Amino acid sequence: MTAEQIIFLLTGVLVLGSAFMVVTVRNLLHAALWLVASLFGVAVLYAILQANFLAVVQVVIYIGAIAILFIFAVMLTRRQLLESGRQTRSSWWIPALLGLLILIGLVSLILSVPGLDRTASAMPVGLDTVQALGTALVSPDAYVLPFEVASVLMLAALVGAVYVASVDKK
Amino acid sequence: MTFWNNPINFIGNWLTGVLTSWHMPAALATILLYIVGIVVMIIFAMTLDIGLVWVERKVVARFQDRLGPNRIGPFGLIQPVADIIKMVIKEDITPAGADKIVYNIAPVLAATSVILLWAILPLASTIYGVDLNVGLLYIVAAGALGTLAIIMAGWSSNNKYALLGAFRMVSNMISYEIPMVIILLVPTILANTMSVKGITQAQSGMWFAILSPLALLIFLISAIAELGRSPFDLNEAESEIVAGFHIEYTGMKFGWFYAGELLHAFTFGGFMAIFFFGGYGGFFGLEKLGFLTWLNIPFVQALVFIAKAMFGYWVIMWVKYSVPRIRIDHMLAFNWKFLVPLSLVVLVNTAVLNKVLITLPSWLYVLGMFGSNILIGWVTIEILRAYGRKQRKAGEKPISPAQPQEQVA
Repeated sequence: MTAEQIIFLLTGVLVLGSAFMVVTVRNLLHAALWLVASLFGVAVLYAILQANFLAVVQVVIYIGAIAILFIFAVMLTRRQLLESGRQTRSSWWIPALLGLLILIGLVSLILSVPGLDRTASAMPVGLDTVQALGTALVSPDAYVLPFEVASVLMLAALVGAVYVASVDKK
Repeated sequence: MTFWNNPINFIGNWLTGVLTSWHMPAALATILLYIVGIVVMIIFAMTLDIGLVWVERKVVARFQDRLGPNRIGPFGLIQPVADIIKMVIKEDITPAGADKIVYNIAPVLAATSVILLWAILPLASTIYGVDLNVGLLYIVAAGALGTLAIIMAGWSSNNKYALLGAFRMVSNMISYEIPMVIILLVPTILANTMSVKGITQAQSGMWFAILSPLALLIFLISAIAELGRSPFDLNEAESEIVAGFHIEYTGMKFGWFYAGELLHAFTFGGFMAIFFFGGYGGFFGLEKLGFLTWLNIPFVQALVFIAKAMFGYWVIMWVKYSVPRIRIDHMLAFNWKFLVPLSLVVLVNTAVLNKVLITLPSWLYVLGMFGSNILIGWVTIEILRAYGRKQRKAGEKPISPAQPQEQVA
């Protein structure tokens, strides 16, 4: 086993274990902190795949913004942080079954990809991944349309947030 | 390659040779040397940190017309050691009702978020941890971990002042992160790279501080806010919420927050030097002259870098000990209504002018960039003045001139 595989397995345990803790711990703030650990593990996975940009952006957006806003909202809105109710519904087996089906589907899909057992070719020396990503995001034969549509969506969300938060001055 | 022009690799190669001659597998030796390198870097940063305690106390003493520590050792130089001994042997108290695990992780995470920054700090052209191609975003990501540490400390202490400090810190850091990210794009555009080392090399001819002085100013302000230092020290405002998020911490756990804060300030002084003052280089091409080639020796570069970083650190201290704390609504209004729009204008100006002027001769390019920044600054000040006058007029209206004006104390 190479060092990379050991790190991958450890990270996988971290991601899945903390994701499991997110849904099982009773303290809401601990759940948010476990979520941070899980998201950090995903960033490590990106780093192993040499996707520097995605790894760093994962930390900036998901830990730096979203998780912190979660924690902020939990701290501001809940007086009692401990949940004492039952943690499962009586029909818990339906989503469990659905989850299992999706897992089987995904695994069979991945197994059907040709050349799964080949090792990936090494990255070309001197390739600037950030530059390649930036070019792809603005070039018309790559992702410029989804990129622009997403930015319009963001703008709409911004305008909506300002409208909802603005005090009605009559 | 000799020790004098590439010391880290020279020692690394020598150690690899020694380890493999002991029949250690090459892969294991590499991993071991990485770990050794990380530990040496952390020890260097923390040793520097001990010195910073002395520098900070001496400088604040000068600003406040005092002498500062002067009893232990020459010029009080051994004072930090005494401070550390005091901190280590203090009683370690965990408050009742604290969330023990989160409470104990928080100071470690706070110090870690600062030390992580040292991974990408180039001390010299051949002395650096790693040259990331997303270096600037990495700085923002490490800052996010620092915010998380402060929330964890504030919440887990089970203390209302600590929680208030954490709330203030989050609103502060989330707001000032935006102008900082926008303004970090200015060096990115000027250098055509996000790598910290690339930005340093791009300034060998001309400092970005001259090409974009407004960006430097906005970076300084948002860096001070990110550090949570006065005038943005609402998170630990002594006169309002006692000590904010670290109120319950004693001994060395408090020491980690303190050490982290000092090292953070110095590190941001270093980043200011890297982004705007040429980092370890930036001698305006002087290093190519025959009798000045010694400027390219890594140890000289490291000294130059530390001197520039100390200057940035000194400016941050200068602001900290001269400017009073501002109120939280003023702080947020200043950010959202002033800094964010201004940084967007500076960014667009840099992006457009950089493309337009790049074909011109270099002296015209520098003059154009510098002049446009001065113009933006002048227009901003005029707008602020007009706004201030309007506000003053609106405030004066209710008082009719016939009434005798009350003397304002």
